[in-house]
Amino acid sequence: MSFQAARPLDPWRWMGAPALICLGATLLLGLPFRVFGLQLPEPVFPLICAFSWAVIRPSVLSPVAILLIGLVLDLLWGAPLGMWGLSMLVGYGLTLGMRAMMTGQSRMMMWAWYAGICAVTLAAGYLFTMLAFHHPPNLVGVIWQFLATSLLYPFAHRLIDRFDDADVRFR
Amino acid sequence: MAFRQDSFGELKVPLAWTAGVALVVCVVIAIALMLSDRRGTVEGTAQAATQQVTDTVVTPVGDVLSAPGRWISGGFDVVGSYWNAAGENRRLKAELQEARRAEDRATALGLENARLRAMLNVRTEPPMPMVTARVVFDGRGPYRRAQLANAGTDKGVAIGYPAISERGVIGRVVGVSGNASRILLLKDVSSRTPVMIARTNARAILTGDGGDNPRLDNLRGAEPVKAGDRILTSGDGGVYPGGLPVGRAVKGLDGKWRVALDSDTAPVDWIRILQFKDFSQLADRKALSNSDMPSVITDSPLSQRAPPPAPKPQAATQTPPASTGPAARPPISIAPPTPAPPAATPARPPAAKPKATKPPPPRLTPEGLPTRPMPYRPGGQL
Repeated sequence: MSFQAARPLDPWRWMGAPALICLGATLLLGLPFRVFGLQLPEPVFPLICAFSWAVIRPSVLSPVAILLIGLVLDLLWGAPLGMWGLSMLVGYGLTLGMRAMMTGQSRMMMWAWYAGICAVTLAAGYLFTMLAFHHPPNLVGVIWQFLATSLLYPFAHRLIDRFDDADVRFR
Repeated sequence: MAFRQDSFGELKVPLAWTAGVALVVCVVIAIALMLSDRRGTVEGTAQAATQQVTDTVVTPVGDVLSAPGRWISGGFDVVGSYWNAAGENRRLKAELQEARRAEDRATALGLENARLRAMLNVRTEPPMPMVTARVVFDGRGPYRRAQLANAGTDKGVAIGYPAISERGVIGRVVGVSGNASRILLLKDVSSRTPVMIARTNARAILTGDGGDNPRLDNLRGAEPVKAGDRILTSGDGGVYPGGLPVGRAVKGLDGKWRVALDSDTAPVDWIRILQFKDFSQLADRKALSNSDMPSVITDSPLSQRAPPPAPKPQAATQTPPASTGPAARPPISIAPPTPAPPAATPARPPAAKPKATKPPPPRLTPEGLPTRPMPYRPGGQL
């Protein structure tokens, strides 16, 4: 065992860098860009972090980081402040609560879990939007966003695979 | 279960519990933020300031990042137009013929319209200045449909201004900073736009739901709309100027009337922001809320028995057309705010005089005004 492997996991490596990458991807996908008249989808990239961080290990910093990412999303998309933070915290809390059931599952099964968490998070966003504006959002649009977000699981799997067993204190 | 070992020695707290406590605290903070967010109603709040700072930072970044996207998008357009050149040529020729016919009709109608306006002495709308801006960020999610444009207060943009593309209305400005403006699209779930159907002149409210085709709500009358009808802004409420193209009516899968927006067929990167000030922005609210409102004399039986005082030359009096028929209505006059002399003589025009042989004595207040004045409604039908 090398000396480097024995060090505790640096929060920047498993939380800071992925969060910045997700926010950068959100900014890029928000650019006005059409291909043959068709708009690009708008997935919720930070849901990768919310799911992966809960699966990798419980942490005090994770909810704070998710709240901050949610606030950035609100400001970027113009949503009511706190809406995306709250929605993603619902997904994070659910994943954290069912973490024991997810441990050791196959990749496809984890994908299904991820899709379920995405559905719950977007349903929470649907509810909060309805409460804020007294009008339900378009369900078809929500389903499209759910599909686009669900397809991002390979990135979450990569993050989990890399950091799930990286902290020697959790072996 | 993993335990945290820290400098407290024997004190060990399960990490899952601390994470749970942090989660609950963050949820409470998020709920408090949501409840305190009143950007739509109160200007100058902390949330609005934070949004302005974010827009100011994101706009130049998005402007730079979107440049390659514009080039790539232009490249796709070139490739697409190359492959579709023959079919597009035929379509454009047909469109050109139709456009020439429409131009002739429009020229004739424009001249006739100008003559009629001159005859009627109609006060036309002044030319409206506008600002051209580039969209640098486009929120397309179902929960919020808003765009960020690179023109702010530095170019004279203010909250409430309508934004249009080269084809039609896209939304209005809901937030502005020094170099950026945030535009709430017609598709947004909180967007409500007064519109009219051009064919029937029927009014409706265009209600966004986050999808691409906003809904037509509050339609009145029997079959006021049919598929393909042009939808325009009605100008009601003063939020948008009237007559701006919005789209065409389509029947949705849910059986409701929806609108295929004209702006969706245009490139999304360039928009124009109309520097349009509606009535509520122009009006002096203090004067409107003043309790000393001028009285209105109507054709109610009471006012027929009580002839109005003689109008002064500066009084805003509407003279009815000369008519002797039984349906002729007496004039509706707005009395001047200054008190009239008590011994005012009746000033009703002969054409509108009622056929009563002798009216009863007028019931006037000490100021010489009728005892039951009608309230004056700004902008209402008198």
